[in-house]
Amino acid sequence: MPINAERSRKKLTSLKVNGRVYEKALSPISTLLEILREDLGLTGTKHGCELGECGACAVLLNDVPVLSCLTLAVECEGKEITTIEGLADGNRLHPLQTAFAELGAAQCGYCTSGILCVAKSLLDKAAQEKKSNPGRELSRAEIKEALSGNICRCTGYLKIIEAIELTAERLNLFHRCEPVREDR
Amino acid sequence: MTLKINEPKAKESTMAKAVQWIGAPLDRADGELKTTGKARYAADFPLERMVYGVPIVSPAASGSLIKLEVEAAEKLPGVLFILTHENAKKIFPIQNDFGTATKLAEGRFPLQDKKIYYAGQYVGLAAAETLEIAQEAARLIKVICKEERSALDSEEELPYSYFPDNNWGTPLPVIRGNFEKAFSNTEVQLKAVYTTPVEHHNPMEPHACTAVWDGDNLILYESTQWVVGARNVVADALGLPREKVRIISHFVGGGFGCKGFVWPHTLLAAMTAMHLKRPVKVVLSRSQMAAGVGHRPATHQELSIGSSKQGKLTAIKHHTITQTSFLDDFLEAAGGPTQSIYSCPNLLVSYQVVRLNHGTPTFMRAPGECTGLFALESLLDELSYTLNLDPIELRLNNLSDKSPEEELPWSNSHIKECYELGSKIFGWKERNPKPKTMKRKGFLVGLGMATAMFPGVRSPGAAKVKILSDGTAEVLSATQDLGTGTYTTMKQIAAEVLRISPHRIVSKLGDSSYPPAPVSGGSMTSASVGPAVKSAAEKAIEALIHISIKDSSSCLYHLPLEKIHAADGKLVYQDDPSKTEIFEEILKRNNLSHIEGESFVKPDNSAEGYTVQSHGAQFAEVEVHPLLGQIRVTRMVGVFDVGRILNQKTARSQAIGGMIMGIGMALHEKTVYDPRTGRVVTDNLCDYLIPVMADSPAVEADFIDKPDPRFNSLGVRGLGEIGITGVAAATANAVYHATGIRIRDLPITPDKLLKWL
Repeated sequence: MPINAERSRKKLTSLKVNGRVYEKALSPISTLLEILREDLGLTGTKHGCELGECGACAVLLNDVPVLSCLTLAVECEGKEITTIEGLADGNRLHPLQTAFAELGAAQCGYCTSGILCVAKSLLDKAAQEKKSNPGRELSRAEIKEALSGNICRCTGYLKIIEAIELTAERLNLFHRCEPVREDR
Repeated sequence: MTLKINEPKAKESTMAKAVQWIGAPLDRADGELKTTGKARYAADFPLERMVYGVPIVSPAASGSLIKLEVEAAEKLPGVLFILTHENAKKIFPIQNDFGTATKLAEGRFPLQDKKIYYAGQYVGLAAAETLEIAQEAARLIKVICKEERSALDSEEELPYSYFPDNNWGTPLPVIRGNFEKAFSNTEVQLKAVYTTPVEHHNPMEPHACTAVWDGDNLILYESTQWVVGARNVVADALGLPREKVRIISHFVGGGFGCKGFVWPHTLLAAMTAMHLKRPVKVVLSRSQMAAGVGHRPATHQELSIGSSKQGKLTAIKHHTITQTSFLDDFLEAAGGPTQSIYSCPNLLVSYQVVRLNHGTPTFMRAPGECTGLFALESLLDELSYTLNLDPIELRLNNLSDKSPEEELPWSNSHIKECYELGSKIFGWKERNPKPKTMKRKGFLVGLGMATAMFPGVRSPGAAKVKILSDGTAEVLSATQDLGTGTYTTMKQIAAEVLRISPHRIVSKLGDSSYPPAPVSGGSMTSASVGPAVKSAAEKAIEALIHISIKDSSSCLYHLPLEKIHAADGKLVYQDDPSKTEIFEEILKRNNLSHIEGESFVKPDNSAEGYTVQSHGAQFAEVEVHPLLGQIRVTRMVGVFDVGRILNQKTARSQAIGGMIMGIGMALHEKTVYDPRTGRVVTDNLCDYLIPVMADSPAVEADFIDKPDPRFNSLGVRGLGEIGITGVAAATANAVYHATGIRIRDLPITPDKLLKWL
C-alpha cells in the first residue's frame, strides 16, 4: 500500500512493554519491530529478515510469541508486550538466560532474543499445564516444534535444545533420558 | 629478556596448583550480554536525528544507467535525500589489496559511473526520516537502464572463460610428475564430474552500517569481520586521514566470509551521512544480501583418479570450472585439498573461470576446501567400492609423513588418530560395507565418511594487555568476535600468563582504534591474535617486575628479575616464596592507574621447513525413504586435529555449527538465478533453505588437542572452517551406502534420488 501524508501521520499511541507504559506519537504504518528498536530504544529485538522468515524479531504479545516484523505497533495497544529486555526479573536473570549463557547456546547471539522469547512462552505454557496435570513434561520433539520458526546459522541448534532442556529440568518440567555430554 | 611463563607444567613445580586456563571450557564472556539483549550490533545504536537509508538497485544485469526518475519519491513526506551518481561524492582510488589491508569486496566504487554489472547493483540510495518512508521512496524510484546482452549462463560463456595463472601467489596449474602418462598406465581408472551450486552465507544479522560524522571524524558502526580493513578502505576512499575514521564492530551477528571486506553500501551510508550532516543507518534487505554481498560460486569439477589395485594413488587430475563477476577475479580453489592431503606422484590441478553478470563471489566458510573435498572424497569413496577396500583403509594407504604439496614434514599431524577416534565414537565397525544392506523402521540406512582439512593460516596481529590498579586486567585488540568466542579465548590466554582468574579480565575487541589485527577469516584469528595477547601479557608482567625491583618499599627490591614470576595475582620470588606482592599494591604505591604491555607478533620462521595443516575425520549416518527419496542426516561425528584447543566449549560449538552448515550444503542450500534477468530468485530465507531445528541431528565433535608449537607460541591452529569441510562428501557417501545411488550434484535432494529408487 502506498504511503501518503495521511497514512504516515503520527498518532499518539500507548504501548505497554515489559510492564512499562510508553505514550508516544507513532507512525501507524510502522511495524512493532521498528517502533521497539527505533522509537523505544529496545534494540535487543533483532531485525533479521523483515519478512517473517527467521524468527529473530520474535517477542511475546500477551505471552504468545509473535513476529514483530509482521505486527503493526498500533495493533498492540492495550496488550502486554514482552521483549528480551523484559525476561529478567530485575537483576535476576530468567533461568533460560542463565542456561543459554552456560551452555554456549548463544554464539553470534543474533537469533538468541527471539529464541528466548519463544522458549519462555513454551516453558510458561508447560508450567501452567502442569498445575492441572502433574505428570506434564516437555519432550525434545515439543521443543523442536515450538522453535521451528527460529533460524540459527551458528550453533547447529544442539546447544539451544540442550539449554532449553536444562532449564526445563531445573523447573521440573523435563526428565532427562541421556546425560548431557560433558566437555572434556 | 623474555619471561618464560608460558609453560604451565614446568611452573607447577614452583607454584601451588597453577590453574591451566587455556583449554578450560569457560562460559562465553558475552553470554549474558547476548541473552539479555544488551549486546549491541551495528544497527543497534539509536541516535538522535537518525536517518534511514535504503539502497536503490538496478533491475538490469548489464548495460548502463540512463537515469533515475526520482520526482515521486522526492515528494514523499519525510524523504530527505536521494543519493545518485549525479550528486555522489567523488571517491578516491585505493590500493585494493589484501596485504596492505585495503581489500574491497567488490572492486569498484558505487555511483561513480553509469555502468551496470549485475542485477541488484546499487544505483542510488533513498534517505528518509523513517525506514518505511525510505523503503517506499526506493520503491517509487524508476531506474531506467539501457540493457545489453548479459552473460548469465556458465555453459554459454565457457568459450570466453579464462585460465587463472595463480592462486594467492601459487602458480597454476599445479603440476607434479606426468598425469597423462601415469593415468594411462595405471591399473584402475576412475573419472567423474561433481557439481556444486551457488550458495549464500546468510548470516542472521544482515549487513548493516550506521555512519556518524563528528566534524571531519567519521565513526562507522559496521558489521564487519575486519575493522582494520574497513577503516583503511573507508578512509582512503573518502580521502580522509586514517586516524579520523573509526570502525566499531563490538558484536557481529555472524559473517562466514561475507563480511570480510567492505561492500559498497558502507560507502553509501558514509556519503549520505556526510551530505545530510546526520547519522545514517543502512541495513540491507535479504534480497540485497542475495545480490551484492558475495556468495560461494558454483563449481563444475572434473576429477580423474588412477590407482593401483592395492589402493595406492598413482595419478590425479582435478579441473574446476567456476565463476566470477566482471569486476573481480575471484577463484573458488576447489583443487586445494586434492594437492595437499594424499601423496600422489602425478597430479594436475587446474582452473577455468567464467565471467557472469552476477555480483562478485566471496569467501564462504572453507572456500575451495569444502567444494573440493565434496568431489575428492566422493570419488575416493567410489574408488573404495571399486577396489573393495574400506574407505578409511584407502585413505590411510595414501597418507604420508610429508606434505604432498611442499614435500616437507608436517609441523604436527594427527590425522590417523582422527580416523581412529572418529570411527570408534561413530561405530564405523558395525557398518556392513555392502550398499543397501542396512535398514531401520522402513528407512534405508547409510554410513559414510570423509576427510576434513584446512590449511594452517596466520597473519601479523597485535594486542595490548593492561593490568589495572584494582587487580583486574584488560585485553585490547582490533580483532573481532563473530560469535566464535574470541572475547573469551583471548582473556583465557591473558589469564594464563598473568596468573589471575579470567573472570577478572575484560576483552575489548572490535574497534579499529585498538592495536591492529587481521581479518577474522581463514580460521586465523586464534593463531594470529592469540600469540600477540600472550606476548603482550608477558610484557605487562615484565614491566611490573621492573617497577617492583626498583621500588625500595617493595619486598622484591633489588632481587634478580629472572627469579620473579607471576602467580595468583602476585609477583613471587622463586627462592623465597614468602616474598610476594600483589599486582595492585605495586601499582598503587607507584601511583600508577595501570601498567601495560603491547605486542605486534609476526609469523616467525619456526614453521619454516614444515607444512602446517589441520585435518579431521567426519562421519555421517543418513536415513533415506526407499520410495520417496526423503533424506535425513541422523547422526554425525567429527574429530579434528587443529592444534591446541583454547576453550573446549567454544571449540565444540564452532565445530558443531560448521557441521550443521555442512548439512545445509549437502542437502538444502542452493541459490537460483533467473536465467533471463540474472536476478536471484531465492533471495529470502524461505526459498533459500538453511538447516532448521528439525534438520539438526545428534552431533559429536571431538578434538585431538595436541599443540602445534612450531606454528606459534600457543600451538593453536584455528577451527572456524574445518567443521564444514568433509560433511557434504560424508553425507553423499552415506546416501550411496544407503541406496546404491551416487549423487554427484549438490544439494542431494529427493528428486535426484527418485529417478533411481
